Amino acid sequence: MSHVTKLLEYKGLLYMLAWRDVRVRYKQSVMGILWAIFMPMLIVGAGALVRFILAEFTQTKVSAEDLASVMVRAVVWAFFMSAIRFGTNSLVTNSNLVARMAFPKEGFPIAAVLSSLFDFAVAAVVVILVLAAIGALSGAQALWALPLLVVMVVQAVGFALLMSSLNLFFRDVKYLVEIVLTYAIFFTPVIFSSDMLGKWEPLLLLNPVAPLIEVIADVVVGHRMPPLYWLAYSTVTSVLLLVGGYALFKQLEAKFAERI
Amino acid sequence: MSEPIALSMSHVYKKFRRGEYHDSLRDLIPALARRAMRAGGEALEGGEFWALRDVSFDIQRGEAVAVIGHNGAGKSTLLKHLTGLIRPTQGTITVNGRLSALIEVGAGFHHDLTGRENVFLNGVILGMSRAEIRRKFDEIVEFSGLKEFIDTPVKRYSSGMFAKLGFSVAAHMEPDILIVDEVLSVGDYAFQTKGVEKMRSIARSGATVVFVSHNMKAVRDLCPRAILLKHGTLVQDGSTSDVLRTYMEHAKANTSAESAPDVRLVGVQMRGAEGERLDFEAGETADLEIEMEAGPAPAQVDVQVTILNEYLWEAFMVSSRALGLGPIELEAGARRKVGIRLDLHLAPGTYHVCVALRKADLTKVYHRVEAATTFVVTSATEIWGICHLQPRVIAA
Repeated sequence: MSHVTKLLEYKGLLYMLAWRDVRVRYKQSVMGILWAIFMPMLIVGAGALVRFILAEFTQTKVSAEDLASVMVRAVVWAFFMSAIRFGTNSLVTNSNLVARMAFPKEGFPIAAVLSSLFDFAVAAVVVILVLAAIGALSGAQALWALPLLVVMVVQAVGFALLMSSLNLFFRDVKYLVEIVLTYAIFFTPVIFSSDMLGKWEPLLLLNPVAPLIEVIADVVVGHRMPPLYWLAYSTVTSVLLLVGGYALFKQLEAKFAERI
Repeated sequence: MSEPIALSMSHVYKKFRRGEYHDSLRDLIPALARRAMRAGGEALEGGEFWALRDVSFDIQRGEAVAVIGHNGAGKSTLLKHLTGLIRPTQGTITVNGRLSALIEVGAGFHHDLTGRENVFLNGVILGMSRAEIRRKFDEIVEFSGLKEFIDTPVKRYSSGMFAKLGFSVAAHMEPDILIVDEVLSVGDYAFQTKGVEKMRSIARSGATVVFVSHNMKAVRDLCPRAILLKHGTLVQDGSTSDVLRTYMEHAKANTSAESAPDVRLVGVQMRGAEGERLDFEAGETADLEIEMEAGPAPAQVDVQVTILNEYLWEAFMVSSRALGLGPIELEAGARRKVGIRLDLHLAPGTYHVCVALRKADLTKVYHRVEAATTFVVTSATEIWGICHLQPRVIAA
């Protein structure tokens, strides 16, 4: 597609925008890069707490594997939250540039996802070190996570393109997104795993992020290959989201400068 | 890239809607329903207006063209169409070559980042690659004159420094087509001169330049051709001097049609001994007679007179205050004449008299007319330039 070639001409811009977002986020802050680890750890803490409470009630024990699983899911979920949140607002936050300069505007949502990816990378390194230390990693099988991370980024970019373009025209989209993200913890397998849902497990498929998180957790700490069906489903939904989101974005882009 | 035509607009129309758009999903459903029942396109709905109406022109490779017009005439909208920021309602736009636009100085600058970091950020936004910026970095910093501050966050810069850095980055693009919108007015005088010279060298290197400005001198210096826009329509497309003349005449016609300001200029006349005159010999004495009328309230007025030559250079400027006249008192509704005697030691040519009536404390301009009257100076001796210094040979 000619849009992609045009975008590649501006790859320096993509890098600079993502770099700028990361740099500005951590400049003049005391904790600096530690924030990238802090957020996911909070989610891990919440997940661990819920697990322990559940264990109390069901008279089961919380295994190290459960906690390891929560850690992985939390890091991936933190990425999605950040990418979708920043992605949705990316055009409006840069309204000055959107209104005055002519260049492929998808640079903004993509850069937002990339800057969230940077935070993810920092947190992921820490998580991997901890998992390796306690021996919870699935060995060589965990390397399957790498292509899954690509799917994760593709999905996030799809969401960001879709949401950012809609948010430019309808400023309440960001509020809707916030609400969905807040309640999403109930229908995304972060602090619980999908097998805990029993017969309601297939319902999770309605949330495109859910099977991906489940699959990544399975692969990294689950010592088992995930069902091929879920793998395929995640990949297909991600690609559809990307293609659909990009198509809509480019269609609406003509009106960005006038309407922002 | 052998295309002779660098830029072209063909029967371009653009309409905008006044007021607010639907900003929430709540308004979307009824709006979609309404849209479904409409055919769309040609006519104007309620609240819409034409920002550009049937604009067509071709610009050849290497040409330098100015776009002038009153505020709101559609100049910026036209530029935005050329850069691709906006799509027309109707018509086509063709761009052949790498286009860079200098529409806003320091676009993308982030306050928390240092000058160095912002040069890179701004540069990529303008379309340069990072390698290119790295190559030109020292030149850019040198041109801006901000070498010692380049590693300080730009939030510590003064507005002048900010503008100089931004302009400096933009000036080092090497586009095929350069579009400049009113940015030559940044910085102090020294920097402005550097800016104009840089623009000139870009134009000389064969790039196509489209220049929007209110600075008539810069326009005159840089562009042999100009396009005049008025209320969205292309009124004239030709030599810069012709177009500027039309622009000035329109400006004059408009100001006399203005609704009641506090103090109004009623008449301006150049007079010789016998009465009103339009031709003078260099060195002759002429009387400039200015008649003003106060509105419903009494006023204290200062009169500023500027005489511009045909290149719109300011040959002479003086105010009633400088002449020791003090505030000119006007009672409500009263008329008053002020006369200034001038010895016209001007080089032969056409001159325009611009008169501005200002509040005596200089806080407000009541009424300004750009070409209140025009006169011609002739000379028996062949003199060229701005002024006539009455040369006499004393030794040979």
